[in-house]
Order: sequence, then C-alpha cells, then structure tokens
Amino acid sequence: MKKKTQVSDVDTSRYDFYFDEEPKDMLKSGVTPEIIDEISKEKNDPEWMREFRQNALRIYNEMPTADWWPPLDGLDMSEIVTYIRSKVRMKNKWEDVPENIKNTFERLGIPQAERESLSGVGAQYDSELVYHNMREEARADGVVYMDIEGAMRDKRYEKMIRDYFMKLVPVDDHKFAALHAAVWSGGSFVYVPKGVHVEYPLQSYFRLNAMGAGQFEHTLIIVDEDAYLHFIEGCSAPKYYKASLHAGCVEIYVKKNATMRFSSIENWSKNMYNLNTKRAIVEEGGKIEWISGSFGSHTSSLYPMSILNGKGARAEFTSISFAGAGQNLDTGAKIIHAAPDTSSYMNTRSISKSGGINTFRSIVKVTKKARGSKSSVSCESLMLDSLSKSNTIPVMDVQTSFADVGHEAKIGRIGDDEIFYLTSRGLSEEEAKALIVRGFCDDVSKELPIEYAMEMNNLISMEMEGSIG
Amino acid sequence: MTKILQINDLFAGLEEKELLHGISLNIKPGETHILMGPNGAGKSTLGHVIMGNPSYEVTSGQILFEGEDITELSADKRAKKGIFLSFQSPIEVPGITLSNFLRSVIESNPDRHAEILNFKDRLEENMKVLKMDPKYAKRDLNVGFSGGEKKKAEILQLLMLNPKLAILDETDSGLDVDAMKTILSGVERFQKDKTRAMIIITHNTKILEKVHFDKIHVLVDGKIAKSGGAEIIDEINKSGFEGYLADKK
Repeated sequence: MKKKTQVSDVDTSRYDFYFDEEPKDMLKSGVTPEIIDEISKEKNDPEWMREFRQNALRIYNEMPTADWWPPLDGLDMSEIVTYIRSKVRMKNKWEDVPENIKNTFERLGIPQAERESLSGVGAQYDSELVYHNMREEARADGVVYMDIEGAMRDKRYEKMIRDYFMKLVPVDDHKFAALHAAVWSGGSFVYVPKGVHVEYPLQSYFRLNAMGAGQFEHTLIIVDEDAYLHFIEGCSAPKYYKASLHAGCVEIYVKKNATMRFSSIENWSKNMYNLNTKRAIVEEGGKIEWISGSFGSHTSSLYPMSILNGKGARAEFTSISFAGAGQNLDTGAKIIHAAPDTSSYMNTRSISKSGGINTFRSIVKVTKKARGSKSSVSCESLMLDSLSKSNTIPVMDVQTSFADVGHEAKIGRIGDDEIFYLTSRGLSEEEAKALIVRGFCDDVSKELPIEYAMEMNNLISMEMEGSIG
Repeated sequence: MTKILQINDLFAGLEEKELLHGISLNIKPGETHILMGPNGAGKSTLGHVIMGNPSYEVTSGQILFEGEDITELSADKRAKKGIFLSFQSPIEVPGITLSNFLRSVIESNPDRHAEILNFKDRLEENMKVLKMDPKYAKRDLNVGFSGGEKKKAEILQLLMLNPKLAILDETDSGLDVDAMKTILSGVERFQKDKTRAMIIITHNTKILEKVHFDKIHVLVDGKIAKSGGAEIIDEINKSGFEGYLADKK
C-alpha cells in the first residue's frame, strides 16, 4: 500500500491527544509576587532561590519586550497558569508512574526509545518531572543526570548549581528569561565527568498537557574536560484554543576539549508561544553542535547562542524550520568568537507554506581577541506559495581583520518551471513539491540523527519507498 | 488506424499574448513528425501546450490523445496517459538520484508496477545505448550535468518511461557531433516500436539527414506555413525560413 506523497502542514495529530485525568491542581493564573512566593513554598526553595525568583519578577515587570520580536498579541500573561501542583512524586521506574501520564509518554514513544537507544531519560509533565532514570553504565562512569531541583537540594551538587544556574543566561537577558527565572520549574541537570564518553544520548522530554498553562523547565548541562555527550530535547503538547507559553532555558558548559551535541525537536501545538533561551559556552578545543528543528508552535522566538571562549573552540549549528498556516517562526543563532582560532559553521533551511512566516536571524560576532577565527554561514529559505513569507536577517560584527567570515543566503519560491518539469514526467503537483522540498533539505537532513530523520518524515509525508537517497 | 495525436484549430498563448493562431496536426502510430521554424515561431510553445504546461492557456481548439480530449488535463495526467516532453533546458533537482527518480515515477503509476522488476537491467542497457557512465544513475537528477549529459539524461528518461508520444524540444541544439550521434541512436531505439510516435522540434536541418521521419511542418508566426516531406529540407537550406514568411504575407 502506498502512502500519499505531499507537503502537508506538519502533522501534529501524533501529539494532539489527551488522556482523562483528575482536575489539575493549578495555581492562579498570572504572575504576582504572591504566586512566585507560592511556587517557592511548593518547592521548598532554599533562601537564595526565593530571593532570586522575587528579584527576577521585578526585572520581568520592568523590562519591555524587544521591539524586533514577533508579535505576542495573543499571549495574555494574566491568563497563563505558571505552576501546576503535581500529585505524583518523581519515579525512576515507568511502572510506578501513574497510568494516564505513563500512557502519554508511551504514546510519544519515550519508554521505547529509552530501552532501545538512550543512556537515560527525563520526562516532565506540566510543571514537574515525573520520571528520571539512567543506565547503570553511565551511572558507573559518574555521569549525573537528574532533576535539577533535586540536584539543588543535594549536598554534592548544590554548589555546582549555585555556580552555574543562570550565569550564562543572565536574568535580565530578555523579558522572558526574567520570567523564566521567576517561575522556573522542573528540568534536568547533567554532569559528565572528565574524560567520560557517554555512549548513548540522554533525552529529556517536556510535555505540557494542561490548558492555558506555561512550562518553564531549566536544563543545565556541564560536560567536563575531554568528555562527550549527546543530549536530546523533545517537546510537545495537545492543541487547545487558548494560548500556552513555553519559556524554558538551557545552559550548557563545554569544558576544555569536550564535545557536546544538543538536538532538539520542537513540535509544540499551534496555540503555543515558544519563547525559549539556549546558550553554550565552549572552552579551549571544545565543540558544541546544535541540531534544531522547529516545526510546531504558534509563535517561536529562539536563537541559541554559542560563546567560543577558549582557543580553537568550535560551534556548529544545523537547523530546519517549517512554518505552516498561522505560524510565525522567528529563529536563528548567535555565535560569539571570543578567543583565537575559533571556528563556527551554520547551515539552515527554512520552509514556509500556506501563509506561514519564517524569519531567520544570525549574528556572528568576532572580537578583537579572536584572531585567526573562521565562520561560515549558509541559510536558505523556500516558500511553497505566494502567501508565505520568508525573511533572512544576518548580522556580522567582525572586529579583527585576521578572521575569515563568509555568509551565503538564498531565498526562493518553488518555480513553475521546476514543477512543470516534474509533473511532465507523471508526478502530481504535490508530489513534485514534496520532491523539491526534500531536495532542498537534503544537505541538512543528511546531518541529522535518526530520531530527527523520523520527524523529517513526519514533516514531508514522503513515500516513494526505496527512492530515498 | 486511430491517431495518437490530433490537434484541431488550436489557439493558445501566455496571458494577454496569443502565440499559436490555429494549429491543426494529426499524428498516427509509428510516425515521426518534424516541427521546424525560425526562433519565436511557437515551436516550443506547441510542445509545451501538448504536454500541458499550465503557464500557457488554450483559448480555443482541442487536443485529442488517442481519441480522448485532453485539452483540460494536467501535465501529470497527460504523462500518465503516455505523453513525454524532452526539455530544452532540463531542471536540476537535488536530493534525488536519476535512477531513484525514474523508479519513483514508474512506481507512481499503478499500471506500470510490473516494469519495476527489470528496472535495473533496462536502466543499464539504455545507459549503454546512450554511452552514459553508469555513475550518472547515482547522481542527483541533472545536478551539475553538462549540457550534453542533460540531453542524454532526457533521452534516457524517454527510453525508460517509454511513452506513446515523445516530443523532443530542441534536443539537438548545443550538441557536438559525437553526442548527437549517441542521442540519435537513442531516438532510433524508440522509433523501432511502431505503436509509438514522435515530434522532433528543431530549427536545424542537419538532424534531418540522420533521423527517420515521415513529415515536416514549418511553423511560422504561430501557424503551420507548410507541411510536406523531405523536399522541404532543400527549400529551407536554399532560402531559409524567409520564403515561408513571404508566402504568408
């Protein structure tokens, strides 16, 4: 039986389901000092964290939204519930996770992936983690992968958290970073000791099931000298008519000669405002590889930053974004070359269809110290019809003449000639478009790990069995 | 015998600009018709209109394929019925190899599934006829192919898809002597099957010395100025297309 070949809007029905559960125990909607105080109480925050949250709230209230951001008109913060009390304590066996929540993650394929191809899994449901576990091998190597709140209360890691938490992304980075700092809840802490090569990826999955709510998880990763880690982040939510908000934060520290690969697959429902912040700092000889897919959400604003802080540090950024009807995806990457002989490589593809808007922003900054650095940026956009929009906004700030910086951008619309050529051979117009889109993404999709390729299949519902590659 | 192609008083053009002013044409199985004429006469337009290029609009007249009116059919449906157009400038399609492209086109037609069984052998054989390096089968469709290789790849597609009616749009232009010879051996191979038919669009009489054909039509200013046999070649060689222009006026 042959499947239909066409470029449909990204099919989110896979994620759009909801199992009955008891009424959720939510805090009041909105963001006030009282609500923040209640979150602190719920979490039994240490004193420094209580103060940290309240201070962040003050900053949040004072800060304007950046004027270049995509419109956030549909997001009314007084309607957003920032914290949902969890009725369950975190488990490390799926059997112990309550049935409806377990079913949700089963349906998303998380436990299966854990058995087959991962070193460890964290699963967050609304505001709190419900599951965290890691393979014995990784544990034996001294790898730490646990809920970040637990780490904060654990004597062994408390200092590490204090030293690193929101140091890379300062509270006043932007308005929603401040909001995140005030109401953050859940998320994972990862520490990979010196020289440890974590064989299989770790994956944290964030599921926001409640309506009109926000998810504000914090992921903190430290990859120590000469170590290697691949971390995968997945996100989804069922679709509601009311706006939801995701303002997570990821901070990654890549130490000397370490390598970190961070893959994220965002498939939020189309009522989601995804205002996320991700940042990595890379020391001498280290490397960060970002692989990013933005398929879902109503509005996204996401620009992972890599700070190349040590000699010879490297960053690679590979991304695909697909904006369908009603979506405004404002994505990109920032790379700061702050040390000599650093290098960066950015390769992105964006596709817009049925009136979707894609904006790609890149900033490459090469400081005076970064002599001998190299940067290459290639971004391409494809519009599948005349309703859709695509913008490319590259910024380059090069402060030394001893650097090699290149930029290449292409924006195109699928041409009538291309479609006619393919249809004249017997492919339908939709099949022809799908073929062109696949070809357009080919360079980038070759670099993707298998988990991601699956999402790509979902994106371009391609059949032509046996014809790929 | 039923005609493969019958065109009745066809008027067509781009938006606001009519390019074909009443073309009629009949082609029977086993026949090869040559469409000649100066640049801008509407030769390629006619080829594209027969194939169903949506950029052109048919304002009146009919195109019948095996007796069926296909004037309103989309290009892919015409292709599935058995019409093929070899492009003057084939499009580069990254992300799919020549071989996989052909395979998926054949697979997308439920009537042709049986052809998949000996697909590989046929591909190898046809590439040999066209003196194509087998490596080209594994390369992305037309991507980085030279002009000559693109033309060969078009004829390879023709042989693999084996349509009932093949239209070659200036396939001979820009080819060196050797490439021309190779392409023509592909054309001959196609012509062997007498249930098929072919239209060769060219502005050069040279190809006519080496290819079998049944009729020549001289197209000038969107109209067929003259139809006939090989004697027309001498006329054109003597006085070019000018004579037909004068005839018309």
